[in-house]
Amino acid sequence: MGGWRVKAKEALKQVSITARFLCLLHVTNNYLFSPTLVYGPSMLPTLNLTGDVVLSEHFSHRFGRVRPGDLVLLRLPVDPAKIAVKRIVGMEGDRVTFFDSNATDLLQTLVVPKGHVWIQGDNLYASRDSRHFGPVPYALIQGRAFLRVWPLSSFGSLEQ
Amino acid sequence: MATGKFLWSFTKKFFTFGIVGLTISDRYGSVIPVRGSSMSPTFNPRTNSSSSSLFSDDWVLVEKFCLTKYKFSHGDVVVFSSPYNHKEKLIKRITGLPGEWITTRNFNVVKIRNGHCWVEGDDPSLSMDSGSFGPVPLGSVLGRVTHVVWPPQRIGTVAEQIPQNRLSSS
Repeated sequence: MGGWRVKAKEALKQVSITARFLCLLHVTNNYLFSPTLVYGPSMLPTLNLTGDVVLSEHFSHRFGRVRPGDLVLLRLPVDPAKIAVKRIVGMEGDRVTFFDSNATDLLQTLVVPKGHVWIQGDNLYASRDSRHFGPVPYALIQGRAFLRVWPLSSFGSLEQ
Repeated sequence: MATGKFLWSFTKKFFTFGIVGLTISDRYGSVIPVRGSSMSPTFNPRTNSSSSSLFSDDWVLVEKFCLTKYKFSHGDVVVFSSPYNHKEKLIKRITGLPGEWITTRNFNVVKIRNGHCWVEGDDPSLSMDSGSFGPVPLGSVLGRVTHVVWPPQRIGTVAEQIPQNRLSSS
Protein backbone atom coordinates (compact mmCIF):
# COMPACT_ATOMS: atom_id res chain seq x y z
CA MET A 1 0.00 0.00 0.00
CA GLY A 2 2.76 2.40 0.99
CA GLY A 3 4.78 1.48 -2.08
CA TRP A 4 1.83 2.30 -4.29
CA ARG A 5 1.49 5.71 -2.75
CA VAL A 6 5.17 6.46 -3.25
CA LYS A 7 4.92 5.40 -6.87
CA ALA A 8 1.90 7.63 -7.46
CA LYS A 9 3.72 10.56 -5.90
CA GLU A 10 6.74 9.91 -8.07
CA ALA A 11 4.60 9.73 -11.22
CA LEU A 12 2.85 12.97 -10.31
CA LYS A 13 6.20 14.66 -9.84
CA GLN A 14 7.36 13.49 -13.26
CA VAL A 15 4.16 14.71 -14.91
CA SER A 16 4.51 18.08 -13.25
CA ILE A 17 8.12 18.44 -14.39
CA THR A 18 7.15 17.52 -17.96
CA ALA A 19 4.24 19.96 -17.93
CA ARG A 20 6.46 22.77 -16.69
CA PHE A 21 9.04 21.94 -19.34
CA LEU A 22 6.39 22.06 -22.08
CA CYS A 23 5.17 25.41 -20.77
CA LEU A 24 8.72 26.74 -20.84
CA LEU A 25 9.04 25.49 -24.42
CA HIS A 26 5.81 27.25 -25.39
CA VAL A 27 6.95 30.54 -23.89
CA THR A 28 10.39 30.33 -25.54
CA ASN A 29 8.82 29.51 -28.90
CA ASN A 30 6.19 32.22 -28.77
CA TYR A 31 7.89 35.06 -26.94
CA LEU A 32 11.64 34.61 -27.50
CA PHE A 33 13.10 32.59 -30.36
CA SER A 34 11.93 29.79 -32.59
CA PRO A 35 13.32 27.96 -35.62
CA THR A 36 11.24 27.98 -38.80
CA LEU A 37 11.58 25.99 -42.01
CA VAL A 38 11.03 28.28 -44.98
CA TYR A 39 10.57 27.03 -48.51
CA GLY A 40 9.12 28.20 -51.79
CA PRO A 41 10.19 30.55 -54.54
CA SER A 42 8.78 33.83 -53.21
CA MET A 43 11.87 34.97 -51.28
CA LEU A 44 14.54 34.13 -53.85
CA PRO A 45 17.42 35.05 -53.85
CA THR A 46 17.49 35.78 -50.12
CA LEU A 47 16.12 32.40 -49.10
CA ASN A 48 16.52 29.19 -51.05
CA LEU A 49 13.85 27.38 -52.96
CA THR A 50 14.39 24.03 -51.31
CA GLY A 51 14.14 25.03 -47.70
CA ASP A 52 16.18 27.07 -45.26
CA VAL A 53 15.91 26.94 -41.51
CA VAL A 54 15.81 30.44 -40.08
CA LEU A 55 15.76 31.59 -36.50
CA SER A 56 13.10 34.16 -35.71
CA GLU A 57 12.52 36.32 -32.68
CA HIS A 58 9.11 37.15 -31.29
CA PHE A 59 9.56 40.23 -29.12
CA SER A 60 10.37 43.22 -31.31
CA HIS A 61 7.00 43.18 -33.10
CA ARG A 62 5.22 43.30 -29.74
CA PHE A 63 6.91 46.63 -29.04
CA GLY A 64 6.39 47.95 -32.56
CA ARG A 65 10.11 47.78 -33.33
CA VAL A 66 9.99 46.23 -36.81
CA ARG A 67 11.20 48.49 -39.61
CA PRO A 68 11.06 48.49 -43.40
CA GLY A 69 13.57 45.97 -44.76
CA ASP A 70 12.97 43.41 -42.00
CA LEU A 71 11.99 39.87 -42.87
CA VAL A 72 8.82 39.04 -40.95
CA LEU A 73 6.71 35.97 -40.35
CA LEU A 74 3.06 36.74 -40.77
CA ARG A 75 -0.27 35.01 -41.00
CA LEU A 76 -1.56 35.33 -44.54
CA PRO A 77 -4.74 37.40 -44.65
CA VAL A 78 -6.14 35.06 -47.30
CA ASP A 79 -5.52 31.92 -45.25
CA PRO A 80 -5.04 32.30 -41.48
CA ALA A 81 -3.68 28.77 -41.08
CA LYS A 82 -0.62 29.58 -43.20
CA ILE A 83 2.41 31.54 -42.07
CA ALA A 84 4.65 33.15 -44.68
CA VAL A 85 7.96 35.01 -44.65
CA LYS A 86 7.98 38.33 -46.50
CA ARG A 87 9.89 41.58 -46.42
CA ILE A 88 8.35 44.77 -45.03
CA VAL A 89 8.43 47.47 -47.67
CA GLY A 90 6.42 50.20 -46.00
CA MET A 91 4.99 51.01 -42.59
CA GLU A 92 1.84 53.03 -41.91
CA GLY A 93 1.88 56.42 -43.58
CA ASP A 94 4.64 55.44 -46.04
CA ARG A 95 4.14 55.91 -49.75
CA VAL A 96 4.79 52.74 -51.74
CA THR A 97 5.08 52.35 -55.48
CA PHE A 98 4.58 48.97 -57.10
CA PHE A 99 3.80 47.22 -60.34
CA ASP A 100 0.24 46.12 -60.66
CA SER A 101 0.07 42.33 -60.69
CA ASN A 102 -2.35 42.24 -63.60
CA ALA A 103 -0.84 44.85 -65.88
CA THR A 104 2.93 44.81 -65.43
CA ASP A 105 3.47 48.10 -67.21
CA LEU A 106 1.24 50.00 -64.81
CA LEU A 107 2.98 51.67 -61.89
CA GLN A 108 0.79 52.37 -58.88
CA THR A 109 1.37 54.45 -55.77
CA LEU A 110 -0.53 54.44 -52.53
CA VAL A 111 -0.17 55.42 -48.89
CA VAL A 112 -0.20 52.55 -46.38
CA PRO A 113 -3.20 53.08 -44.06
CA LYS A 114 -2.99 53.40 -40.29
CA GLY A 115 -2.05 50.23 -38.45
CA HIS A 116 -1.07 48.37 -41.61
CA VAL A 117 2.18 47.33 -43.28
CA TRP A 118 3.05 46.73 -46.92
CA ILE A 119 4.88 43.44 -47.48
CA GLN A 120 6.45 41.92 -50.59
CA GLY A 121 8.46 38.86 -51.49
CA ASP A 122 11.96 39.41 -52.85
CA ASN A 123 11.09 37.48 -56.00
CA LEU A 124 8.49 39.80 -57.47
CA TYR A 125 7.46 37.37 -60.18
CA ALA A 126 6.60 34.41 -57.95
CA SER A 127 5.22 35.98 -54.81
CA ARG A 128 1.70 36.55 -53.60
CA ASP A 129 1.88 39.56 -51.34
CA SER A 130 0.49 43.03 -50.72
CA ARG A 131 0.38 43.66 -54.45
CA HIS A 132 -2.44 41.11 -54.60
CA PHE A 133 -4.22 41.43 -51.27
CA GLY A 134 -3.33 44.97 -50.28
CA PRO A 135 -1.79 46.25 -47.04
CA VAL A 136 -2.02 43.82 -44.11
CA PRO A 137 -2.88 44.70 -40.50
CA TYR A 138 0.15 44.87 -38.21
CA ALA A 139 -1.52 42.34 -35.89
CA LEU A 140 -0.83 39.56 -38.39
CA ILE A 141 2.93 39.82 -37.84
CA GLN A 142 4.12 36.88 -35.75
CA GLY A 143 7.87 37.40 -35.60
CA ARG A 144 11.02 38.60 -37.33
CA ALA A 145 13.48 36.29 -39.06
CA PHE A 146 17.05 37.38 -38.39
CA LEU A 147 19.45 34.44 -38.69
CA ARG A 148 19.85 31.58 -41.14
CA VAL A 149 21.02 28.41 -39.44
CA TRP A 150 20.67 25.84 -42.22
CA PRO A 151 22.29 25.09 -44.64
CA LEU A 152 25.46 25.56 -42.62
CA SER A 153 27.39 26.83 -45.64
CA SER A 154 25.31 30.00 -45.70
CA PHE A 155 24.97 30.40 -41.93
CA GLY A 156 24.68 34.05 -41.09
CA SER A 157 22.62 37.10 -40.39
CA LEU A 158 19.66 38.04 -42.58
CA GLU A 159 19.86 41.73 -41.74
CA GLN A 160 20.73 44.10 -44.52
CA MET B 1 21.66 33.28 4.12
CA ALA B 2 18.14 32.27 4.98
CA THR B 3 16.68 35.33 3.30
CA GLY B 4 18.70 34.61 0.17
CA LYS B 5 17.33 31.12 0.00
CA PHE B 6 13.81 32.39 0.58
CA LEU B 7 14.20 35.00 -2.16
CA TRP B 8 15.52 32.38 -4.59
CA SER B 9 12.67 30.00 -3.97
CA PHE B 10 10.18 32.86 -4.25
CA THR B 11 11.62 33.94 -7.61
CA LYS B 12 11.55 30.37 -8.85
CA LYS B 13 7.89 29.96 -7.86
CA PHE B 14 7.05 33.32 -9.38
CA PHE B 15 8.62 32.43 -12.74
CA THR B 16 7.07 28.97 -12.84
CA PHE B 17 3.67 30.47 -12.12
CA GLY B 18 4.15 33.11 -14.82
CA ILE B 19 5.26 30.65 -17.47
CA VAL B 20 2.46 28.19 -16.74
CA GLY B 21 -0.10 30.99 -16.63
CA LEU B 22 1.09 32.46 -19.92
CA THR B 23 0.91 29.06 -21.60
CA ILE B 24 -2.60 28.40 -20.34
CA SER B 25 -3.82 31.83 -21.39
CA ASP B 26 -2.26 31.41 -24.84
CA ARG B 27 -3.34 27.89 -25.62
CA TYR B 28 -6.49 27.16 -23.63
CA GLY B 29 -8.32 30.17 -22.34
CA SER B 30 -8.26 33.36 -20.33
CA VAL B 31 -10.58 35.76 -18.56
CA ILE B 32 -10.76 39.39 -19.68
CA PRO B 33 -12.93 42.42 -18.88
CA VAL B 34 -15.23 43.97 -21.47
CA ARG B 35 -15.01 47.75 -21.84
CA GLY B 36 -17.68 49.87 -23.42
CA SER B 37 -21.22 49.12 -24.40
CA SER B 38 -20.90 48.29 -28.09
CA MET B 39 -21.94 44.70 -27.32
CA SER B 40 -24.97 45.69 -25.22
CA PRO B 41 -27.18 43.85 -24.32
CA THR B 42 -24.96 40.73 -24.55
CA PHE B 43 -22.19 42.31 -22.46
CA ASN B 44 -22.40 45.41 -20.26
CA PRO B 45 -26.16 45.92 -20.73
CA ARG B 46 -27.01 49.54 -20.20
CA THR B 47 -29.18 50.31 -17.22
CA ASN B 48 -30.84 53.63 -16.56
CA SER B 49 -29.44 54.16 -13.10
CA SER B 50 -25.82 53.08 -12.99
CA SER B 51 -22.94 54.70 -14.79
CA SER B 52 -20.19 52.56 -16.29
CA SER B 53 -17.24 51.73 -14.09
CA LEU B 54 -14.64 49.02 -13.77
CA PHE B 55 -16.68 47.21 -11.13
CA SER B 56 -19.82 47.01 -13.21
CA ASP B 57 -17.97 45.71 -16.28
CA ASP B 58 -18.56 42.15 -17.38
CA TRP B 59 -15.67 39.69 -17.27
CA VAL B 60 -15.76 36.99 -19.93
CA LEU B 61 -14.08 33.66 -20.59
CA VAL B 62 -12.16 33.49 -23.88
CA GLU B 63 -11.26 30.09 -25.31
CA LYS B 64 -8.30 29.64 -27.64
CA PHE B 65 -8.96 26.19 -29.08
CA CYS B 66 -10.54 27.80 -32.14
CA LEU B 67 -7.09 29.15 -33.08
CA THR B 68 -5.80 25.77 -34.21
CA LYS B 69 -8.11 25.56 -37.23
CA TYR B 70 -9.61 29.06 -37.52
CA LYS B 71 -13.08 27.63 -38.11
CA PHE B 72 -15.84 29.95 -36.97
CA SER B 73 -19.58 30.05 -37.41
CA HIS B 74 -22.19 32.79 -37.58
CA GLY B 75 -22.99 34.30 -34.23
CA ASP B 76 -19.61 33.55 -32.62
CA VAL B 77 -18.39 36.37 -30.43
CA VAL B 78 -14.66 36.86 -31.00
CA VAL B 79 -11.79 38.92 -29.61
CA PHE B 80 -9.49 40.37 -32.28
CA SER B 81 -6.87 43.07 -32.73
CA SER B 82 -8.15 46.26 -34.27
CA PRO B 83 -6.90 46.69 -37.85
CA TYR B 84 -6.01 50.31 -37.05
CA ASN B 85 -4.08 49.63 -33.87
CA HIS B 86 -2.68 46.21 -33.06
CA LYS B 87 -2.54 46.95 -29.34
CA GLU B 88 -6.28 47.58 -29.14
CA LYS B 89 -8.43 44.47 -28.70
CA LEU B 90 -12.05 44.50 -29.78
CA ILE B 91 -14.94 42.15 -28.99
CA LYS B 92 -17.54 41.76 -31.71
CA ARG B 93 -19.88 39.20 -33.21
CA ILE B 94 -19.13 37.43 -36.49
CA THR B 95 -21.99 38.01 -38.91
CA GLY B 96 -20.36 37.02 -42.17
CA LEU B 97 -17.84 34.37 -43.18
CA PRO B 98 -15.49 34.05 -46.19
CA GLY B 99 -17.17 33.90 -49.58
CA GLU B 100 -20.50 35.27 -48.43
CA TRP B 101 -22.31 38.40 -49.59
CA ILE B 102 -23.39 40.62 -46.76
CA THR B 103 -25.61 43.67 -46.63
CA THR B 104 -24.02 46.35 -44.47
CA ARG B 105 -25.93 48.78 -42.30
CA ASN B 106 -25.61 51.36 -45.05
CA PHE B 107 -27.27 48.89 -47.44
CA ASN B 108 -24.17 48.23 -49.45
CA VAL B 109 -23.65 44.63 -50.52
CA VAL B 110 -20.12 43.41 -49.93
CA LYS B 111 -18.46 40.12 -50.80
CA ILE B 112 -16.21 38.87 -48.02
CA ARG B 113 -12.79 37.81 -49.28
CA ASN B 114 -11.11 34.52 -48.43
CA GLY B 115 -9.70 34.37 -44.92
CA HIS B 116 -11.72 37.34 -43.70
CA CYS B 117 -14.90 37.75 -41.68
CA TRP B 118 -17.47 40.46 -41.12
CA VAL B 119 -17.83 41.57 -37.48
CA GLU B 120 -20.48 43.74 -35.89
CA GLY B 121 -21.36 44.92 -32.41
CA ASP B 122 -24.73 43.97 -30.98
CA ASP B 123 -25.56 47.62 -30.40
CA PRO B 124 -25.54 49.14 -33.88
CA SER B 125 -25.75 52.73 -32.69
CA LEU B 126 -22.30 52.93 -31.11
CA SER B 127 -20.05 50.28 -32.44
CA MET B 128 -16.74 50.51 -34.22
CA ASP B 129 -16.87 47.42 -36.40
CA SER B 130 -16.67 46.15 -39.97
CA GLY B 131 -19.12 48.89 -40.90
CA SER B 132 -16.26 51.36 -40.42
CA PHE B 133 -13.11 49.35 -41.16
CA GLY B 134 -14.34 46.61 -43.48
CA PRO B 135 -13.78 42.87 -43.21
CA VAL B 136 -11.22 41.65 -40.66
CA PRO B 137 -8.62 38.94 -41.40
CA LEU B 138 -9.28 35.78 -39.41
CA GLY B 139 -5.57 35.73 -38.58
CA SER B 140 -6.02 38.66 -36.21
CA VAL B 141 -8.65 36.80 -34.15
CA LEU B 142 -7.32 36.06 -30.65
CA GLY B 143 -10.07 33.88 -29.22
CA ARG B 144 -13.75 33.17 -28.91
CA VAL B 145 -15.89 34.39 -26.03
CA THR B 146 -17.96 31.58 -24.56
CA HIS B 147 -19.11 32.58 -21.08
CA VAL B 148 -19.73 35.56 -18.87
CA VAL B 149 -18.06 34.82 -15.53
CA TRP B 150 -18.60 38.04 -13.60
CA PRO B 151 -20.72 39.68 -12.10
CA PRO B 152 -22.42 36.71 -10.38
CA GLN B 153 -25.97 37.57 -11.40
CA ARG B 154 -24.95 37.49 -15.07
CA ILE B 155 -22.96 34.23 -15.12
CA GLY B 156 -23.90 32.12 -18.12
CA THR B 157 -23.16 31.26 -21.72
CA VAL B 158 -23.09 33.94 -24.38
CA ALA B 159 -26.48 34.38 -25.97
CA GLU B 160 -26.52 33.44 -29.62
CA GLN B 161 -28.19 35.83 -31.93
CA ILE B 162 -27.87 36.23 -35.64
CA PRO B 163 -29.15 39.32 -37.42
CA GLN B 164 -31.92 38.34 -39.78
CA ASN B 165 -32.17 39.00 -43.51
CA ARG B 166 -28.66 40.33 -43.81
CA LEU B 167 -26.93 37.48 -45.59
CA SER B 168 -27.47 36.91 -49.25
CA SER B 169 -26.85 33.42 -50.54
CA SER B 170 -23.28 33.03 -51.69
